[in-house]
Amino acid sequence: MSAADGTARATAAAVADGSLRAVDVVEASLERIAAREPQVGAFVEVFADAARRRAEQLDAERRKGSPPGPLAGVPIAIKDNLLLRGHRTSCGSRILDGFTAPYTATAVQRLLDAGAVPIGRTNMDEFGMGSSTEHSCFGPTRNPFDPACIPGGSSGGSAAAVAARMVAIALGSDTGGSIRQPAAMCGVAGLKPTYGRVSRFGLVAYASSLDTVGACATDLGDLALVTRVMSGVDPRDATSLDHAVADFDAPPSSLEGMRIGVPSEYFAEGLDPAVEQAVRAALDTLAAAGAEPVAVSLPHTEFAIPAYYLIATAEASSNLARYDGVRFGARSGGDADLEEMYTRTRTEHFGAEVQRRILLGCFGLQRGHAEQWYGKALAVRTLIRDELAAVFARCDALATPTSPVVAFALGDRLTDPLAMYLCDTLTVPASLAGIPALSVPCGFSTAGLPIGLQLMAPPLGEPTLLRIGTAFQSATDFHRREPAP
Amino acid sequence: MTEPEFETVIGLEVHVQLQLASKLFAPTEYASGGEPNTRVSVIELGLPGVLPALNERAVELAIRAGLALESTIGARVHFDRKNYFYPDLPKGYQITQLDRPLCVGGRVPLGEGEFGALQRIHLEEDAGKSSHHAAGSLVDLNRAGAALIEIVGQPDLRSPEQAFRFLTRLKQILQYAEVSECDMEKGSLRCDANISLRRPGAQQLGTKVELKNLNSFKMVRRALEYEQRRQAAVLGSGGAVRRETRLWNEEQGESAPMRGKEATEDYRYFPEPDLPPLSIPSERVQAIAAAMPELPDARRARFAREFGLPDYDLDVLLDDRHVATYFETVAHGCGDPKLASNWVMTEVLRTLKERGSSVTDLPLTAARLAALLNELNAGRINRAAAKRLFEHLLDHDLEVTEAIAALGLQQLSDPAALEQVVRAVLAGQPAAVADFHAGKQKALHALFGQTMKATGGKANPALVQQLLRKLLESGDRS
Repeated sequence: MSAADGTARATAAAVADGSLRAVDVVEASLERIAAREPQVGAFVEVFADAARRRAEQLDAERRKGSPPGPLAGVPIAIKDNLLLRGHRTSCGSRILDGFTAPYTATAVQRLLDAGAVPIGRTNMDEFGMGSSTEHSCFGPTRNPFDPACIPGGSSGGSAAAVAARMVAIALGSDTGGSIRQPAAMCGVAGLKPTYGRVSRFGLVAYASSLDTVGACATDLGDLALVTRVMSGVDPRDATSLDHAVADFDAPPSSLEGMRIGVPSEYFAEGLDPAVEQAVRAALDTLAAAGAEPVAVSLPHTEFAIPAYYLIATAEASSNLARYDGVRFGARSGGDADLEEMYTRTRTEHFGAEVQRRILLGCFGLQRGHAEQWYGKALAVRTLIRDELAAVFARCDALATPTSPVVAFALGDRLTDPLAMYLCDTLTVPASLAGIPALSVPCGFSTAGLPIGLQLMAPPLGEPTLLRIGTAFQSATDFHRREPAP
Repeated sequence: MTEPEFETVIGLEVHVQLQLASKLFAPTEYASGGEPNTRVSVIELGLPGVLPALNERAVELAIRAGLALESTIGARVHFDRKNYFYPDLPKGYQITQLDRPLCVGGRVPLGEGEFGALQRIHLEEDAGKSSHHAAGSLVDLNRAGAALIEIVGQPDLRSPEQAFRFLTRLKQILQYAEVSECDMEKGSLRCDANISLRRPGAQQLGTKVELKNLNSFKMVRRALEYEQRRQAAVLGSGGAVRRETRLWNEEQGESAPMRGKEATEDYRYFPEPDLPPLSIPSERVQAIAAAMPELPDARRARFAREFGLPDYDLDVLLDDRHVATYFETVAHGCGDPKLASNWVMTEVLRTLKERGSSVTDLPLTAARLAALLNELNAGRINRAAAKRLFEHLLDHDLEVTEAIAALGLQQLSDPAALEQVVRAVLAGQPAAVADFHAGKQKALHALFGQTMKATGGKANPALVQQLLRKLLESGDRS
């Protein structure tokens, strides 16, 4: 058995009891990356040497008797917007040219403390702004199920790396669907935790009130483990939740007595019939497992996209102001006056989509218009949150499609920002409400492209999501289907 | 002189750096000064991925400031981002408070029943410091992220003199509340002034001008006086005041419009998403109020009661909190409040002025000054010797008794020894003795002076007087 096969938990257990060496696990993962990477392009950098050194060190520590962590020797891919001390962080942007992280993100540090081995950084839409991983200065990542198609985004590199079985676990970030949507399009599981569940310290900010750190995996037990390890209050993130972290890893159990809401607004116009068919079939599977489907209505869903794009871009316009060429990263026109240096640095090094969103954000916040745009978006956000809370009084979870469409061809929507934004229609409500949401594979289109089922739960409802997901996966095998090499 | 046909309207905005060992949103150690860019962490540098975490101690000090100035403390407040680009603002935005400040209202007593009303007090982070040179501009980020409160006064001050009193009293109260050292030279207090003129009785405010680069309270007063004259001249000749920011030039004694400052800059304020709203329960406010250090008015009343000092003394002694504390220790230590007051008001304050230092840096501690005054009161040294001793102790770390010995200042108070000296003087001055017996009182002064001279000034003067009279009147000159 090759070390990279099987779950991360099995690997960690084998490394812990000495039946498997961390160096062999890492080597197997590196071989797999070498074999699949030319076709997929999931990574912007593979930490081959650093990963080997760390694996050797972990093996040495184990021989000396130090207790191995729950992720001992497990290679983990890290989205290129999470800082790892001593390594480059680029966010898919030229503006971070030459930037090396001087500290490690809290979420990543917790994985290191648990024995994980960072294996590389994965490609993404610049600063998380995109739904296709095409907006990266490193070029696009391709869908392992069809290299002509996008992997989704913005955590497309992470989802593709897991789908191509290069790693068992990859970290992502989800602001409006950036873990769930690529997970769905790549046929893997992706969990966006409750806002504040995982510290954002060391996650490069896109939209602070929406950003979350989460992961993609093929196995839900692995996804539960990695999310649990990263979770918990962090004094360096004032928005992190001071809430005890239970064991998310739910043993397969019946869904008897569980009420699962099915909001009609999520099955509206624009939904690919293949997606609808697969999700409806998934609802039947859940019902067969004992859950009771309940028809519900979330009438403000249609306002989620405009509200999301106003709030996210407003926060982004401010969060991205620090990339000014003064202290780190790229600089143009350093000999010119200040104004010109700012302008040239930002014009020459931010991509078109980032510039578009900064301008949108500035527009929404400008004096005299802030109430009409940003203020109204906040009001809509409250309505959506309240509406979801009301529905959760009647059901334990919601089940919907993750993405209205399957992966499309590279370049298809690149020139049509609005069409691209609509990819997020079904994922942004959970982001606006700050609730946890999970995407699990639930079928394939006739072209063989993966389809995802989205499950949403009230705040801190990760265990519920994982319980439903586990029951679903024990009745199906979509998650086992590997892309042809 | 102000043209009498105009009323002056002044509003002050004061930034005060809180007396804290760390920054507002980072645990980075903070003290003013230091090698440039050494007191700054990844957080204040605004590196990718960093987040602010509120220093609760800053909230406490800001609330204390609010309570000392009679503000209302908000029950639920939040922070906002003020967005603008400048190299000394690393994140490209300043975290401040726009529409839910920590403290609302409040007032500064100006004396004689007058008050300067406050609009608000809010918490915000400081920016770094830019300096511009021929070869280019430099940025020092040590100060970036330091905790400030901004105290916004209502535009209801009516003269530069009132503005001066407002600042003096504000500083005094904040120092007593131990909120800030309020040291303008070290930048822990900064003041901008807004001033406009209008016809008396007018409801509308005139066009205001903002004055910057005011580095002392006296400069604030001078700049306002200049601006008052300038605007009166403009309006008096039928012109209109331009809304602008002007920089005060102390050497030239005039202000000039600041270049490149857009009056209509849009800061695109929005609520800071990285910091949850802050709830301030009334119990917390009460606890802070209960732990409030003694404020100037309370201390003045107590000093008047305990020490029975005249108003003039109280004014002088209470002006600076550290001086008042110093005085109190001296007064208790020597048991003679008026003597302590006289010495602090004259010798101590003169020394501080000469040396330009603070009483907390004075090598002569209050306990030592009390010991010195005890020696004087007990007659073991005379006043001249006490002054020499005072000067010596300013530069030498010695106990008072050690210094007396070192300077050989012990007073001659042994009656037998002193009697020998007096006898010798009388023997050497027969003419003066004769004059005395002829009824010339002045002769006694001469003989007294001779005796003091003979002892190098160390003789106990009262004892000398006593001995002279005794020996002269008894006629015993043997």
